[in-house]
Amino acid sequence: MDALLLPLIVACPLLAAGVLFLSAGRMPPLPSCVIGAGSVGLSALMAVVLAIGFLQTPPPTGALHATLWSWMQVEGFSARIAFMLDPLSLVMMLVVTGVGFLILLYACGYMHDDPDIARFFGCMTLFVAAMLVLVFSSDLLSLYIGWEGVGICSYLLIGFWHTDTANVTAARKAFIVTRIGDAAMLCGLLLLATRAGTLDVASVLQTVTTRPADLQAAIAAFLLLGGAVAKSAQVPLQTWLPDAMAGPTPVSALIHAATMVTAGVYLIARLHPLFASIPVAMTAVALIGLITLLLAAGSALVQTDIKRILAYSTMSQIGYMFLALGTGAWQAAIFHLVTHAFFKALLFMAAGAIILRVHHRQDIYQMGGLAHAMPGVFAAFLAGSAALAGLPLLTAGFYSKEMILQGAWHADPMLWAGALLGAFATAIYIFRCVFIVFFGPRHTEPHGRTGAIMAIPLVCLAVLALTGGWMEMPDAIAPVHLLSNLLSPLFGAPMPEGPHWLLWAGSLVPLAGIGVAWMLWQPRTGTRTPPENALARLARAGWDFDTLYDVLIVRPFTTLGQLNQTDICDRLSDATAATARAGGRVFGRMQSGQVRRYAGWIAAGTVVALCLGVRP
Amino acid sequence: MIALPALVLLPATGGAIAWLSDRGPEARHRPWWVAITTIVLQTLLLFYVTCAADWGHGPWLAHFSAPWVPALGIAARMDMDGLSLVMLWLTTILSFPCVILSARDVGERPGLFHLLLLATIAGIDGVFLATDLFLFFFFWELMLVPMYVLILQWGHEDRRRAAIKFFLFTQGGGLLMLVAILGLVILHQHATGIVTFDYFALADTPLMPTAAMVLMLGFFAAFAVKLPVVPLHVWLPDTHTQAPTAGSVLLAGILLKTGGYGLIRFVVLLFPDAASRFTPVALAMGAAGILYGAWLSLAQDDIKRLIAYSSVSHLGFVLLGVFSGSPMGMRGAVVQMVAHGLSTGALFIIAGSLQDRLHTRDMRRMGGLWQALPHLSSVGLFFAIASLGLPGMGNFVGEFLVLLATWRISPPIAALGAAGLVLSAVYSLTMVGRAFFGPPHAGEGADHAPPADFGARHMAVLGLTMALLLVLGTYPQPVLNLSLPATPLAMPEMEAPQP
Repeated sequence: MDALLLPLIVACPLLAAGVLFLSAGRMPPLPSCVIGAGSVGLSALMAVVLAIGFLQTPPPTGALHATLWSWMQVEGFSARIAFMLDPLSLVMMLVVTGVGFLILLYACGYMHDDPDIARFFGCMTLFVAAMLVLVFSSDLLSLYIGWEGVGICSYLLIGFWHTDTANVTAARKAFIVTRIGDAAMLCGLLLLATRAGTLDVASVLQTVTTRPADLQAAIAAFLLLGGAVAKSAQVPLQTWLPDAMAGPTPVSALIHAATMVTAGVYLIARLHPLFASIPVAMTAVALIGLITLLLAAGSALVQTDIKRILAYSTMSQIGYMFLALGTGAWQAAIFHLVTHAFFKALLFMAAGAIILRVHHRQDIYQMGGLAHAMPGVFAAFLAGSAALAGLPLLTAGFYSKEMILQGAWHADPMLWAGALLGAFATAIYIFRCVFIVFFGPRHTEPHGRTGAIMAIPLVCLAVLALTGGWMEMPDAIAPVHLLSNLLSPLFGAPMPEGPHWLLWAGSLVPLAGIGVAWMLWQPRTGTRTPPENALARLARAGWDFDTLYDVLIVRPFTTLGQLNQTDICDRLSDATAATARAGGRVFGRMQSGQVRRYAGWIAAGTVVALCLGVRP
Repeated sequence: MIALPALVLLPATGGAIAWLSDRGPEARHRPWWVAITTIVLQTLLLFYVTCAADWGHGPWLAHFSAPWVPALGIAARMDMDGLSLVMLWLTTILSFPCVILSARDVGERPGLFHLLLLATIAGIDGVFLATDLFLFFFFWELMLVPMYVLILQWGHEDRRRAAIKFFLFTQGGGLLMLVAILGLVILHQHATGIVTFDYFALADTPLMPTAAMVLMLGFFAAFAVKLPVVPLHVWLPDTHTQAPTAGSVLLAGILLKTGGYGLIRFVVLLFPDAASRFTPVALAMGAAGILYGAWLSLAQDDIKRLIAYSSVSHLGFVLLGVFSGSPMGMRGAVVQMVAHGLSTGALFIIAGSLQDRLHTRDMRRMGGLWQALPHLSSVGLFFAIASLGLPGMGNFVGEFLVLLATWRISPPIAALGAAGLVLSAVYSLTMVGRAFFGPPHAGEGADHAPPADFGARHMAVLGLTMALLLVLGTYPQPVLNLSLPATPLAMPEMEAPQP
């Protein structure tokens, strides 16, 4: 029964996507919403039923398996479409369907005027289905279906408003940059498949753990890391995420905050024995996480577009998850993934509600003083910001970030210091946003109201962003370890906690950050113009990675391509043709029709022949 | 089985009837109806062949043999294995979009057009069946000449040049193959004293390594031109661009596959040792084709040229798979051929429809077509995504298996092939972005009525193609099982002597 529910949870949104696409845009808005949100709601319901069943009577092997069919079966390799529910995919399933349902509900309100709403919900439900395939698959190749599937849905949704060339370009950039990672990941899969003859996760991990770690395993780990880095927008393949904000805001909330971008974290967690057996790879993961979290936080400090602030913040928070993975704090990474899904989806949806009411403006300097005009949205955004900053005790973000900081301390105090600096910057940038948007003089008069269908998801997520962290607390506060206990069969026992002063440091730094933000941007004396020095410009442009790649790769490649548009190989055949034609012309001239000349040639030929005949 | 030659004769006869039916007034659509009837009958016949085949007795499924020129050891011999069957089905399936969608509204002399179209199909079917080298060469030429006339008569603005280029390249390759066939026959006669063109007999010929290499290169040249392999691909962009839509679909969808089929049947299986010595070169050519084709595809402004270069890139995978030396790669190459036939065939239909509606192939003069042509654009988007190798569609299965087989013998080449997947995303999405997305192109709509979108006929045929690609991508096992070619050495004796 339970194993049957597993494919049904995927089939629901997949079927909805099929219906919505086949309607070819003729589906009216209301049925589109009902089918779109309803199917994911149904999935969420089934997910909850499945989760309760799983927790009450855990399967003896620790996981539920549902093998659907054999995908490819050839000499030396076989792949199956197979699903599996273990504690890790259980957590991911609840996040994807639960948060996904809330966001789709919100989208019913956000998108209800759009003429293409059926296409929107078609892509969104297809995305949810692909994401579920990604988290359920027990075969890496079937995981790859979901992996690329979410990528193509992301492409379709970033470029949803396709009449604007900028959106289309952003969508293409997002897909291509992640495809670079995907190609690396595919190479990693090829390597693993060559070693094991299958890509079944259990078999692959078994070959890793039974053999001593060798160069091949290390290369495979790094190639897979390439895929994870691109999908999760980490340095150096992070450049697509800020541009991806061109999509509708529910898309940013679902795909580019809560679910798809965390797929890289999920992948590494899923294959953690492989990574754990290769210390270099672990160090690389941790360093990538640390560098991304600091660079992105720096960029977020100076952005002026509210969605771009949140985009850089997403990169930065996923950097925390990578840091946790790199330090072996697997539970912490998943914990932060969950709380981040709550509060970042909340922030995006609150930002969307603001954007709708200030005439689609996104520049925070054109907002200001909105706290009175929209108290509900303000409360929601504040809850999300507090959770993002990690306000002690009250918020979910505090507990998960604290766990990551503990893990980093155990691995290397320098990592811990860097992460703490990032936490400080996080509190500054998000409260800069809060103070500028909601306090001070009003620059744009808001209109309309935020409808109930958009408000309900905001309330639900606000509650989760504040209380969702109570499932896992440090012993010093309360010995609650629901998540670690759930995940420990997979990841092993969590690390012991560090000294108490770590907790104090982790609590005080966000408060200090908020204080600094208040001093700089408080309503009365604070500045109300974006900073304009060289460093700020550099940070605002995302540290100019785009320019670098443009100069180094994109432009040489396209310029050379343009030069060779007519294909140099073709010139070879043209040259052959020209030679033939020229030769023909030369010999053709001999056929002049003048008998005298012909006679002359005949005479000359005869003389030559005679000479040759006489010579010996 | 008498049905094997019938598979060739039926389209040829249908073509002749179509030609004759083009007489008198009110006859404009009559050849088209004849052609439709022919391919429906052809489908039924192929279905019968599939059912009546000799399943379970070795890899060869059906045989036919009749004497032709006994003095020279030439027979009309046809044998079918799983590979032939897959390719025959691909041919038959793709002839539907060819005839239904693109051949209906051909302007002048529809009778001759349909005769040539069906004659090409007959030639292709013959190529996939013939196991007498002389007969094979006959069919090889049979599919070339009608296609040449099709391009010359019904092509676009620069058709003469394209048709001549197509003819010279293919004919040049074919000539080398003919020399190699004769060389092989003579060597076989020296060794055994028997003159024969029989594939199975010739496969047993004892050959010196050098001779084998030279002969193999002769065959390779013909198939490499057809596949095409960089740098012998230069005929392809011109030909595909200038051919009428039905011709482009036939060329990209099936004709190129005869190159891949020939590589498997007559290069790797006839000269296994020489082929394995040639593997490093072939792999390098395959990887070069993948990357070079994709790179040039990216630089094109002409949408049909873009798709044509993308074919060069996709068929590089076929070369990799064929020469990977493992059954896995061979199966992957066949799946790739089928998937490429479906997806690129459909893309050429879309490009042709765009040209009919906008009277241009230049993507600089397109843009924002989604508003006016939502159905056409969404179908185009689907096939572009299929062509970039999204998992779940047929192309991915082929590319993955080929890369996996290649990785075993040369990881760097496989990595280069994987890099080609990045480029395929770039050109596919660039094409979609430039043609369908963006603001509507200026100067359009004001003076023209908005172009008509795809109707039910197009959506039904292309919808079926989409479904086939999805099935191939999610459940490729039937094709995978069939696609391993039967070796000539595993030839059982004929079940019954033919009269």
